[in-house]
Amino acid sequence: MLSKGQARAFFLGGTAVTFAVFLGLSWNSLSTKVPKQTHAENITPQVIRGKHLWESNNCMGCHTIMGEGAYYAPELTKVVERRGDNYIKAALMSKTPWSPRGRKMVAYGFSEEEANDLVAFFTWIGNTDLNGFPAKPKYKTTQNF
Amino acid sequence: MRYKSQKVAYWFFALSMLLLTLQLVYGFIMGFAHMGYDNLHSFIPFNTARAVHTNLLVVWLLSGFMGAAYYIIPEEAENELVSVKLAYVQLISLAVVGVIAIIGYHFNYWEGRKFLEIPRPLDYLVVVNVLTFLGLILVTLFMGKKRTTTSLVLSMGLLFAALLYLPGMIWFDNQTMDSFFRWWVVHLWVEGVWELIMGGILAYLLIKITGVDREVIEKWLYVIVGLTFISGVLGTGHHYYYIGTPKYWLIIGGIFSALEPLAFLGMALFAVAMYRKGEKRHPNKIALSWTLGTSIISFVGAGLLGMAHTLPSVNMYTHGTLVTAMHGHLAFWGAYGMIVLAIISYTLPNLTGRKRYDNVNGVLAFWLSNIGMIGMTAAFAAAGVAQVYMERIMGVDFGDVQKEIQVHFLVLVLCATLFSVGIGLFIYEFVKYGLPNDEALEINEND
Repeated sequence: MLSKGQARAFFLGGTAVTFAVFLGLSWNSLSTKVPKQTHAENITPQVIRGKHLWESNNCMGCHTIMGEGAYYAPELTKVVERRGDNYIKAALMSKTPWSPRGRKMVAYGFSEEEANDLVAFFTWIGNTDLNGFPAKPKYKTTQNF
Repeated sequence: MRYKSQKVAYWFFALSMLLLTLQLVYGFIMGFAHMGYDNLHSFIPFNTARAVHTNLLVVWLLSGFMGAAYYIIPEEAENELVSVKLAYVQLISLAVVGVIAIIGYHFNYWEGRKFLEIPRPLDYLVVVNVLTFLGLILVTLFMGKKRTTTSLVLSMGLLFAALLYLPGMIWFDNQTMDSFFRWWVVHLWVEGVWELIMGGILAYLLIKITGVDREVIEKWLYVIVGLTFISGVLGTGHHYYYIGTPKYWLIIGGIFSALEPLAFLGMALFAVAMYRKGEKRHPNKIALSWTLGTSIISFVGAGLLGMAHTLPSVNMYTHGTLVTAMHGHLAFWGAYGMIVLAIISYTLPNLTGRKRYDNVNGVLAFWLSNIGMIGMTAAFAAAGVAQVYMERIMGVDFGDVQKEIQVHFLVLVLCATLFSVGIGLFIYEFVKYGLPNDEALEINEND
């Protein structure tokens, strides 16, 4: 029967090995593979300003990006491809709450420059390689504008 | 209660109950918004309600864990807490930081990273606060007469939780890198070191309630926390499927996160087996219900429902949908909410000297809150699965789908009302117990 000492060795040994493997894989991912997969060379100062706006307004509190965030408003990874720049800018610059089908967005009333920064951020995200996410629907899309 | 300084735990539990109540209020705001009634939008938009709801969750659980540690460590180490005053300073500063953060969220003052919304200047205060807490706990432990496995596992969980907060404070220009390290905090907390904390508290409760030999319980505690880390650390990979990280995470994350339910299954089997093996029949049946309840519901919520959407081929469609909310609610409730309520139920009679555990309110609190939460999980599941099929497979527009699934949020709000009645009864009992007092020091026969 398993002794307490053996159980402790299982815990400490197992933990040490899995942490070591995890750290090794993380290093491998972040050092070369992630910059390549995300086209890090395209992260311009404008994209970074867009990311700042994305975070300082907690857009993730309603939307998802790369599938991460809240589930109250649409996924935005491919929003540029889906809606185009002008629609996005109109929503961002609107002085009254943008409310497609009744669900309200905060009226941020961003300046044109800020809206362009966010569009640059979305454009960069839209071109990253996310291993196939978001999957294309199997049937016909019924987009409403 | 054996040591005067254990009384400080009561105030951490009280803060915990206060924050839980507020969390429910913001949950209702979101539930109604999903149903189409967002009348509070101008004052509390959804992103504010969401940040407040999830951050209050984290802080009430942390406050509960801290209270548990302040109760358990002196008793396990056989030593008074080294400084009670500093513990109260730590409590007040935790409450102040929490309140500033929550008010800030109403005025667009946040960092906007899911679960880690606390703005950077407040992050530093959190670090100071947690360091104070850890200092008190660890010095008490190492100056004490005994260092039991239970206290070491609990302290290790708390120490790692503090260390893992740090990667979340690094700024990255690249959203993928940002997210990569955000999961070091969020995932490695809830599917790693918090399970150590849960395991430590569970072991303590089982030792006290079942009377099974400490050596047996602590041996199995090592096995369970071993399984937790072996599956959970590489299981982080299930967050790295679709965020711009290499494809090998699909395989590693898939395999190891499929193993994650084993740790929770172990926890459930362990608790039930110890209960059956134990000859002691502790009169605090309510604490026993919460203790067995947490081990079983955590297996269902965190283990099985996590497993339900963790495989990459499934997650491709469920990632970023209400299916995640389904898993999240029962997992947090079962694993962490219930363990905090278990330790509170066990310690209250010992802290106050009042044995109100043979009480219908306490039993109702347990059943109503659990039935309510299971109903909420079912409502999220219906909404989430419908969303996946309509939006992700049929290609129906997001907004149209949300209209179609509004009815599930009516069910959600009704079940949440039941849940809230249960929590209300729990808090009513908490208040009725009264304040901790030194007379309780003499009442030790059952603690």
